[in-house]
Amino acid sequence: MSLLSTHGLTAHYGDFQALFGVDIRVEPGEAVAIIGANGAGKTTLMRSIAGVLRSAPGEVVFRGREIGALDAAAVMGAGLAMVPEGRRLFPSLSVEENLQIGCYGRKAPGPWSLDAIYDLFPILGERRHAPGTALSGGQQQMVAIGRALISNPDLLLCDEISLGLAPVVIRDIYAAVPRIREAGASLVVVEQDIGQALKVADRVYCMMEGRVTLEGTPDTLSREAIHDAYFGVSA
Amino acid sequence: MIWIDTLVQGVLLGGLYALFAVGLSIVFGIMRLVNLAHGDLIVVAAYLILVLVSLTGLSPFVAALLAAPAMAGAGWLLQRHVLNRTLGTDILPPLLVTFGLSIALQNALLEGFSADSQRLPAGPLATASLDLGAVTVGVLPLLTFASAIAVILALNWLFYRTELGRAFRATSDDAVTASLMGIRPATIFATATAIAMLVVTVAALYLGMRSNFDPNIGPARLIYAFEAVIIGGLGSLWGTLAGGIIIGVAQTVGAAINPEWQILAGHVAFLVVLLFRPRGLFPRAVD
Ligand SMILES: Nc1ncnc2c1ncn2[C@@H]1O[C@H](COP(=O)(O)OP(=O)(O)O)[C@@H](O)[C@H]1O
Ligand SMILES: [Mg+2]
Repeated sequence: MSLLSTHGLTAHYGDFQALFGVDIRVEPGEAVAIIGANGAGKTTLMRSIAGVLRSAPGEVVFRGREIGALDAAAVMGAGLAMVPEGRRLFPSLSVEENLQIGCYGRKAPGPWSLDAIYDLFPILGERRHAPGTALSGGQQQMVAIGRALISNPDLLLCDEISLGLAPVVIRDIYAAVPRIREAGASLVVVEQDIGQALKVADRVYCMMEGRVTLEGTPDTLSREAIHDAYFGVSA
Repeated sequence: MIWIDTLVQGVLLGGLYALFAVGLSIVFGIMRLVNLAHGDLIVVAAYLILVLVSLTGLSPFVAALLAAPAMAGAGWLLQRHVLNRTLGTDILPPLLVTFGLSIALQNALLEGFSADSQRLPAGPLATASLDLGAVTVGVLPLLTFASAIAVILALNWLFYRTELGRAFRATSDDAVTASLMGIRPATIFATATAIAMLVVTVAALYLGMRSNFDPNIGPARLIYAFEAVIIGGLGSLWGTLAGGIIIGVAQTVGAAINPEWQILAGHVAFLVVLLFRPRGLFPRAVD
C-alpha cells in the first residue's frame, strides 16, 4: 500500500481551478520529486495534501486513511509535515523556538529531536537564541526543515527548498537529504531546478497547468521528454 | 509633600488602568481584534462578582475566584462561536460586532440591574492605609498595583516560557503556517480571549471595590484601556503598565490643580505622548 496517494485531486482559488485531477503516489521510504514551471500548481498540490486547502475526503489518502477533508493541524498530527515555500519562519520566535513549535501538534517518538537537528545543522545550535529571521536565507531554510522534521513525520513535503539560495548553499542543504531518508522519513521535494530534483529522487512527476504531464524514474526520463512535459509541446 | 502624594496616588491608579488594558492588549496582540465591548465585559464581571457576593456573603476576592472561570468560559465561547467568524482581511466586521455586543451588554445589564450604581463591599480594606513615612497609601490601591504587576509577570511567563505562549506568538505571526505545526488558530484565539477574561475579572474586582459602577461605565473604561495600550506601544505588557501609570499620574496631577481637569488631563497626556511617539513608548520590533 502506498504511503500517500492522491485520487483525482482538484483545487480551486475562488473561481480559478488550479488542479485538474492529480494522481500521484509515494511509496514507503521513497523520495519523489515534483517538477514544473512557475505556476504549474506544485505549491497548490502541496497545500492540498497538507490540508491548508481542503478537498473531498477520498482525494488524499495517507497510510490508508482518507485525509482530504482534514484541516492542516489534523494532517500534521497524522504524521505528514511540510516545509512551506518561502520558509515562513515565525519572526517573533527565536531559532530554537521555531524548531520547538514544530512538534506542537504531534509529540511522536523518533530519531528527530532538538539535539538531532543541531547535529544535522550545527550552525543552528550556535545561533539558537537569535531571532529566526535574523539568519541568512540558507540558515532559515535549515530552520524550516528542522521545524518540520522535529515532529518525526512519516512523510516530509519540501516546497522549493532551494528557492533564492546560492548554489553552494543549495548543495549544503541537499546534503542533509540522505540523512533524513536514512532516519526513516519518506520525501516529496518540489523543485523548479530539474537537475537537483533528478539527483535526489527515486521517481519524478512533472506538472504543467494543474495536471501531471509525465511520470518516471530519473534514469528512464530523457531530457527531451522532461522538456516537453515542462514547457508543453507545440504539436 | 503633597506632590509626592499626588504622584504616588497616580502611579497606583495606573495599576488599575493597566488591569483594564492588559486584556485588550492580549486580544489585539494575538489576533488583531479590537474588542469594543472590552469595557462592558469588565462591568459584566463586576456585576457577576456582585451577584456572587450578595448570594453567598463571600468576600469579593473569593467571589472573583469563582467568577473568573465563568468569565473565561464565556470568553472562550464568545471568541470561538462569534468573534472568530468576524476575523479576516477586513477590519470592519469585528468592530461592528463588538460595538453591537457593547450596546447589547449595556442594555442587558440595565434590564437586569437598573441604572442604580453599585459597589463591591471591600470591608475594612476600603479604608485601610499604610504609613510609608513621606506618604500614606491606601492598602486597596497598593493591592491593585501589585495585582497588575503579578498579572503582567504571569502573562509574560506564559507568552515567553511556555509552549502555549510560543503557539500564541506563532499564530499571531502567521496563522496558516502555524496550522502546519498542528496549531488550530481558532482554538488559540478562543484560549487567548479566555485568558483576557481572567484579567478582566481581576480588573472588575478592583474597579468594583474602588468606586461605584453602573451598566453604562464600560465605554469610558475602554477608552482608558485603549490609551494605556497605545501609549505603551502595541504588544508590550510592561509598556501597557507604563501607559496606565502615565494616564493615572496625569489624572491625579490634573485633579490636584483643578478637580474638573482630572479626566481631561489623562486624555491630554495621551495626545502628547502620541505627538512625540506615534508608535508608543515601547513599540514591537516586528510588525
Ligand atoms: N492564493 C492564490 N489565489 C489565486 N490564485 C492562486 C493562488 N495561489 C496560486 N494561484 C494560482 O494557481 C496556479 C498554481 O500556482 P502554484 O501552485 O503556486 O504554482 P507553482 O508552485 O507550481 O509555481 C497559478 O496560476 C497561480 O497564479
Ligand atoms: Mg510554488
